[in-house]
Parts: sequence; structure tokens; C-alpha cells
Amino acid sequence: MTTSTISSPSGFSRSLHSIWEGIKKIPPVYPVFFIIFIVLGLLSPNKYQSMNGAMTFLRTAAPLAVIATGEMMVLALGGFDLSVGAIVTFVVLVSSKLLANDPANALPAILIMLGFGVLIGLVNGLVVSYLRVPSFIATLGMMLLVRGGALYWVGGAPQGYLTENWRAFGRSYFENVPLFGRFPYALIVLLVFGTLAYFLFHRTHYGRQILSIGDNVRASQLSGVRVRLVRIITFVLCSVFAVIGGILLGGFGGVNVTIGEGMEMQAIAACVVGGVLLGGGRGSVPNAIFGAFTLQAIVNLLNLLGLPKPYTDAVQGLIIIAAVAYVGLSTQKKR
Amino acid sequence: MTTATASGNEFRRILRTIHIPPVFYFLILVFLAGGLLDRAFADGQIFSNPAIMLNIIVRSVALGIVAVGQSLVITGASIDLSVAYTISITAVMSSYLMQGKTENVPMAILVVFSIGAFIGLVNGLTVTKLHVNPFIATLGTSLIIKGIINATFSNYTGSVPESFEYFGYGTLGPIPVSILILFLIVLAGWFLLARTKFGFHLYGVGGNSEVARLSGVRTDRVLIGAHILCSMTAILAGLFLVSQMRSGAPWVGPNGVYDLNSIATAVIGGTALAGGKGGVFGTLGGVLIFGVLETVFNQLGVNPYLKTVLQGAIIILAVASYTIRSKKDAA
Repeated sequence: MTTSTISSPSGFSRSLHSIWEGIKKIPPVYPVFFIIFIVLGLLSPNKYQSMNGAMTFLRTAAPLAVIATGEMMVLALGGFDLSVGAIVTFVVLVSSKLLANDPANALPAILIMLGFGVLIGLVNGLVVSYLRVPSFIATLGMMLLVRGGALYWVGGAPQGYLTENWRAFGRSYFENVPLFGRFPYALIVLLVFGTLAYFLFHRTHYGRQILSIGDNVRASQLSGVRVRLVRIITFVLCSVFAVIGGILLGGFGGVNVTIGEGMEMQAIAACVVGGVLLGGGRGSVPNAIFGAFTLQAIVNLLNLLGLPKPYTDAVQGLIIIAAVAYVGLSTQKKR
Repeated sequence: MTTATASGNEFRRILRTIHIPPVFYFLILVFLAGGLLDRAFADGQIFSNPAIMLNIIVRSVALGIVAVGQSLVITGASIDLSVAYTISITAVMSSYLMQGKTENVPMAILVVFSIGAFIGLVNGLTVTKLHVNPFIATLGTSLIIKGIINATFSNYTGSVPESFEYFGYGTLGPIPVSILILFLIVLAGWFLLARTKFGFHLYGVGGNSEVARLSGVRTDRVLIGAHILCSMTAILAGLFLVSQMRSGAPWVGPNGVYDLNSIATAVIGGTALAGGKGGVFGTLGGVLIFGVLETVFNQLGVNPYLKTVLQGAIIILAVASYTIRSKKDAA
């Protein structure tokens, strides 16, 4: 470095460069989400530029975020879970029957639902692991089974309503919380289960084994990963997360036969926007959660613009493709 | 592919190329079980009435046509979730354009097939050039088409002329025209996959895209072609449905769950979701299983919700019946 060249890196530009490298490492889902959220804030200042508005938004987005977190683990494993939407429908419809309009039944009803979640996930995992049915088909069959089962159980129409205490998780707030004002229960649920998933996925052997199976089943098997066990646990977790999401969504939206319809596609889309690779091997809990937030923000934005529902679908489709193309192209360059 | 056997053993070679996909054994099992149940608990028409046999196939025509296209796409390691709404847009557009007049039929058919080609092209380009995962790409297209249809049409629109109903109800001798068309499409699909360069390339792309590319296959073109063909089959299925319904409604596609059902039947028929393996005859077997089930459930008067439950269980069992023997782990 005796001769000075034009592009000799001075200390300043070097630190600038390292900051830029750091910025480039940020997953694209975060800038995308914040841009959409800022646009929301600019368009409707009194609704989104307040803590209250942000909390309301998070309450709306929490169910999808919880479901997407569970789905993300199955996707990272290299599988699919198409049964989560049917599980949401099942939770809401069957709970409305089990509650029998009596608030005292809320806790047993929730426990029974969690039990069903474990059972559904267990069957999914066993069918994929031991019958070797591809998870796309196994969970597609399970989707029909669970949805048909729920409608058969309640006789095709909702029975009664969901009691207030059952619905509290999805729609109530802690009032007068310092700093936040109102703090939704749903956000607490999301934080608890998000942290749990983060710990499991990013901090344990189990989480690393999920990624290694998603990357290469045979190699993981040969290095001693108990592939079947990990798979079954992951499907169970995904179903349980779907039950939790169903409880939040039912609390927020009330009884509705079509409440879970298309939820599986939304959850998968949220994960893919969050940079999860379909086919397995890559995934992250916070990114999936922010993927869900991004989808919800898009929906809110389109509603705010006053587009009728059909156009909202169309634009949402366009944006999902564009977001995934952007994420895909930007990660492809890195390889 | 079959390796060259001893010369002069042409007969055995032919036998091997037309070997029966395992799904047909499952089909026979389902048919016999359904027929026996029908005999025990209902009027036993399934075994005694040949019209019911034909009806099973007629019921399967729409799903069968789409499933052939879907098999092509899945063989290329892609997937098409937009077929249901492609069927819907065909149904409403064609009946809207025909307005019950025979002279409008050619124009309407031309328009819907162009729409189909366009949808397939968009799907193919998004998957190959933008590198969007096919699951998401076609899910997005599906949402876009859904939005456009629901914004434009909300109910039955227009009608098809009586001459066009020949497609749905006409017969050629004792055999319904629709069945002949289904078999023609299946034969065309088989010919394309087993006897043309395009088919071999498609298997190559599905098996290992990178290897196929390095061996000189224009992988992008092959996959785009498969997507266009798949959308075309969806258009044909939509035309068949509208000729049966006499007027198009935006909910025909999603109500028939043609997207997931066509994927399920292809996989039941032995087409691997990972690509590179499969064929259309197996798919036809899967479609016929669905038709038999539907007929058996109707005969027995099964509760519609229970019907969904049983269908789910049977899809899993049908696929499990041959995956259970495979050595490879599923994902």
C-alpha cells in the first residue's frame, strides 16, 4: 500500500462498507413490512400512528402469526401441513358445541381442543413417517377428515355461541398498561408461543435436526438423527399451534363455518414471504412471524384504500408473487 | 425406461410398456367393496345396472381432464393450484360470450383457450424466470383470477346454446361423447409423455432440472409448455362443465375443489410430487376411484360431512397402499 489509489479504503468508508454489509444481511421481510406499515401510518395517521393502533394491528395479526410459526417448522422439515385451516374451523365449531353457552366449560373445552391438536398432529406424523405418504397428501386427507369431522359433529351449523371468557384470548386487552396503554391478550399468547418456538427451533438440538432433515434426510439419518421422532414431534407442534391460532381467531372473529378456510395457504404464504424455503432446510421463527405481519398489513392496506373484497384478493395474489420473487432473487444472488 | 431386452422378444417388451399401475388394483378393490356394501344396504344398482357404470365415468370427466394436465405439471416437479379458478373463468366467460347463440360458439372457444394459454404462460414464466416456488406462484395466480372473476361476475351469467350441450349430454351410439373426450385426452397425455421428445424432456426436468439443463434440454421452455398444457386442460374441463350446467357460475371451480383433487388423483395414480415419475393412466385410475366413491356414497345415502371424512381417509389409504412398500422416506 505504498502508492495511493483512488479507491484506497479509508477508515470511514470501510466502516460504511461494514454497515452496508450488515444491512444487506437483514432479511428482506423486515424492510418490506416496515415500508407497508409506514404507508399505513401515512394514510391513516390517527389509526396506525399510535400505540393503540399498533396494538390493535398486532391483535389482528397474532392468530396468523402463531399458525405460521407452527407451519414454518413443518416447512423447514421439508414437509407441508395443509390441515391447519381445517383445525381452526374444528376448534371454533366444536368449541361452540362443547361450551354449551356455559362459561364454566371454557377451560375443559380448551384442554380438549389441545388434546385434539396433539392427536391430529400425531396421526399426521405417523402417516408420513410410517406409511411414507408425502405430507402434502397426508395433510390434505387430514384436512378433509378434520373439516368433515367438525361439520358432522355439530350437524353442519354452529351450535350456540362462544362464551366471553373463551373469546377473551382473541379479543380482550389488559387496560392501562404503562407505556403501551392497552395490551392485547393475543399478543401475550403470541409472545409466549413465539418465544417457545424460537427456543426450540434456534436453541436446541431438536431445532437443528429439523433443518438438517429438511436439507438432507439421508445424511441426517446416517449421522444419527431420529428422523421419524423429530418429524412426529414437529407435526404435533404444528397442529397444537394451529389450535392456539384457532382459539385466538375464534375469539377475535366469533363462530363461523368458513373461519379457517384458506388459512393453510395464508400460513404457507406468510412463511415464504418470511424467507422459508419450501422443500426444507431454511426457516426462522421471527421471520415467519413478520411474514404473517406483512400479509396482515397488506390486507389492512388494501382495506384502507377502499378496494372491494375481490380486488383485495387479486392484489394480494400479485403482492405475494412479487414478494416471493424479490426474496427468491435476492437470496439466489448470494449463493 | 425399459432397457433393450433380448431381440425378437417384442411381445414381452410391449407387455412391459403397458404394465398396469398399482392404483387399478385399489380401484377394483374400492369398486367391489362399494358394490357389496351397495348390495347389502341399498338397492344393489352398482352391480346390476350398467348405466351406473357409465355414470361413474361421466362424473369423472371434468376432474379427469384437469388431472391429466396436472399430472404433466407435477411430472415436471411443478404444481398448478390455479386450475380451479381457471375452470371458473372458462365457465363464466364462455357462457357470457355465447349468450345462447350457436354462431358465437367458435369465438367463445377461441377466447377462453387464449385466456388459458395466457394463464399457463404467466404461471410458467413466474416459475421459471422469476424463480418463484410453483406452489406460491400458482397460488398467487389463483388469487388474481379469483379476484377478477368475483369483481366481474356474481351469479349465473349468460347461457350456452343447445348445440353446445352436445359436449355434456350427447352420445355417440351408446357411449356419451364426454367419455370419448376424456379417453382422447388421456391418450394424448400418454402419447405426449411416453412417445415424444417433450415427454422425455419433462421427465428429465422433473427428475433433476440441473442435469437436464446441462444435457442440453431447454428446461424453462419445457416447463412453460407443461404449464400451458395444464391450463388448457382446465379450460377444456370448464367448457365441459358449462355445457352440462347450461350457464356458467363463478363458483364451479372452487366448489369442485379441482385444484387439490386433481393433485390428489395424480399422486394416487403414482405420479411423484417431487417430479420425474408418473403417468396419466395411473391418474385416470385415481380419478375413477373418486368417481366410484362418489357413486357409492350417493347410493348408500351417506351424510355429506361423513362423506368428506371418508374421502380424506381413503385418499391417505390409497397413497399409503403403495408408498408403504417404498424404501424412500417421504417428506
